[in-house]
Amino acid sequence: MVSRSFKHLSLVVGLLSCATAFAQSAKYSGVGRAPSATEIKDWDISVGPSGKELPPGSGTAKQGAPIYAAKCAGCHGVDLMDGKGGPRLRGGEGTLTSLRIERSIGSYWGFATTVWDFINRDMPPTPVRGTLTHEEVYALTAFILSKNNIIKEDEVMDAKSLPRVKMPNREGYVPFNPVYKKDAVRPHGSY
Amino acid sequence: MDEKKRGRRKFIKDSLVNTVALAGVAAGAVTTARGQGQDAVGMAPERRNAFTGRSAPSKFVKMARTMPPETPGYTPLQDMVGVITPNELHFMNTHYNLPEIDPAAHRLMIHGLVDKPMIWTMDELKRLPAVTRVHFLECNDNSAASLKGGKTAQGHGRTSCAEWTGVLLSTLLSEVGVQRGASWILAEGDDSGKHSKSIPLEKAMDDTIIAYGQNGEPLRPENGFPLRMVIPGFSGVHNIKWVRRIKLVDEPYMTKAEVASYSSVRPDGKARWFMMEMPPKSVITRPSGGQTLSGPGFHEIIGLAWSGRGAIRKVEVSADNGATWQPAALQGPVQRMAHTRFRLPWTWDGKATTLLSRCEDERGQTQPTLAELSKAWGVPADWWKQTRNPINLFNAIQPWRINADGSIENGFAFI
Ligand code: HEC
Repeated sequence: MVSRSFKHLSLVVGLLSCATAFAQSAKYSGVGRAPSATEIKDWDISVGPSGKELPPGSGTAKQGAPIYAAKCAGCHGVDLMDGKGGPRLRGGEGTLTSLRIERSIGSYWGFATTVWDFINRDMPPTPVRGTLTHEEVYALTAFILSKNNIIKEDEVMDAKSLPRVKMPNREGYVPFNPVYKKDAVRPHGSY
Repeated sequence: MDEKKRGRRKFIKDSLVNTVALAGVAAGAVTTARGQGQDAVGMAPERRNAFTGRSAPSKFVKMARTMPPETPGYTPLQDMVGVITPNELHFMNTHYNLPEIDPAAHRLMIHGLVDKPMIWTMDELKRLPAVTRVHFLECNDNSAASLKGGKTAQGHGRTSCAEWTGVLLSTLLSEVGVQRGASWILAEGDDSGKHSKSIPLEKAMDDTIIAYGQNGEPLRPENGFPLRMVIPGFSGVHNIKWVRRIKLVDEPYMTKAEVASYSSVRPDGKARWFMMEMPPKSVITRPSGGQTLSGPGFHEIIGLAWSGRGAIRKVEVSADNGATWQPAALQGPVQRMAHTRFRLPWTWDGKATTLLSRCEDERGQTQPTLAELSKAWGVPADWWKQTRNPINLFNAIQPWRINADGSIENGFAFI
């Protein structure tokens, strides 16, 4: 099992063949254990752009509005702009080329799944994180996207529709897909 | 209590302790007569009192990280000698809280596109073959603050260098068996916000360390106790502290740190993102901003140079604002992705001048002037100070202005 995956890994990342041979023979017996399916499920909170980890549930902006008013508006403002302690959750369209740049979910963020993942992981920060239900996170994400004029008020956000939302600035990142080339020589000011 | 009284009380206390100790010797004379000499028996108080379980710096040494109201957590580079940052002075930042983690309860899980997901305890990780390597860490916005014209730590102190000990991530990945299609890892910390970051699998397999040791002792809480990632040369945000979970995935996960916080918009409105390797940089640390030269005559110029892209090959210093450059001596061993100390003998003639340093790394990449960096970004030189955009990977040559009275100012204050 391990040797099979190592063979193709050596193709993918160019491991030296001697390292492959060594790895095949060096297993560290009695060190570490297999996690249970529940452990993996409990820990695995990350949602990527494909949305494949998104849990069951759904929500609309309409459902999100009262939750937002109760749990978020204090820090982010009733209109998502004039909060105390939290950043603006909309605005700044057309400012990316100016000195007074404003980067918000609407003007800047390239992925709707990032909004879901961040709210689920981190909001509200007080008194403790992780208090929202998945339904609430869908509804709040829908509410914020709708207030940014990215989706309609009655559009249902769920595991299928959310990853398909086209964010206005998705084309705004260079390169379009992130790359890493280990030995590349990079010119001044590049990344 | 005044000094005299306190001194007398301490003396009385010492003699009491001594008397009791001597009585102990008398009573236990038979067993201790073989003279092991391992205990404090018979030590003069002044000697016995010289011992502490853990040393503190001399009361005459006032080195400390920056604290509010300044941006906190920067290393006092201007006061440091050598290349290793003492653990209590390593720069620190956190996106969330400073978690207090019981190592006995801490676990690392690796899962996702693997043949065999696994969980390890701290004790188990320490049983595996380990490495010890010297590497710098640097925040991706380090040095941008120097554009405001401040002192050395405030401008450049979001970098430090330590000797890290731990298991290579490649060792753990070989245990779980990476599956076809995996191309990135998502790593996550156990802070209150579960800070997470995507890292290319190629780098994870190359030289990434799952570290538990920092300069010979367990990591400090601020630097990730009990377990952190050290990804040599990659900006600080990648080096997940308090790491608890690594998931093998088939694409970058587009976390908020990636699509928002740690990206930077060019003047044409396009965002640079996934800026991973820190570029080559050097900074003269003595004489440097905020210090004062005591007078004309000999002063060794010292500084630090480093690159996220390998070892430093060359450092040059100019003591006449760039008219002439001289090669500085590099203090060996010069290590890859590590601070490198450079030195140049210099005799100050007492006149105003500007000191500069520039470096080159093993790939032949050089440190640009501010003009060169501005050209690469397509911005006028004053753009840097005006934009509200975060400035990342800023590595322009640092000018230190020496005034005739010996005071030293940041040359960026004058652009
Ligand atoms: C106690 C104040 C507070 C409350 C309540 C709060 N937030 Fe936040 N929020 C913040 C802060 C502070 C940040 C910035 C955190 C960061 O950058 O890591 C933030 C950031 C965000 C962001 C990212 C915005 C950006 O552009 O960076 C989103 C989205 C968000 N909050 C949504 C919510 C939602 C939805 C709720 C209600 C469930 C909520 N917040 C409640 C303080 C709060």
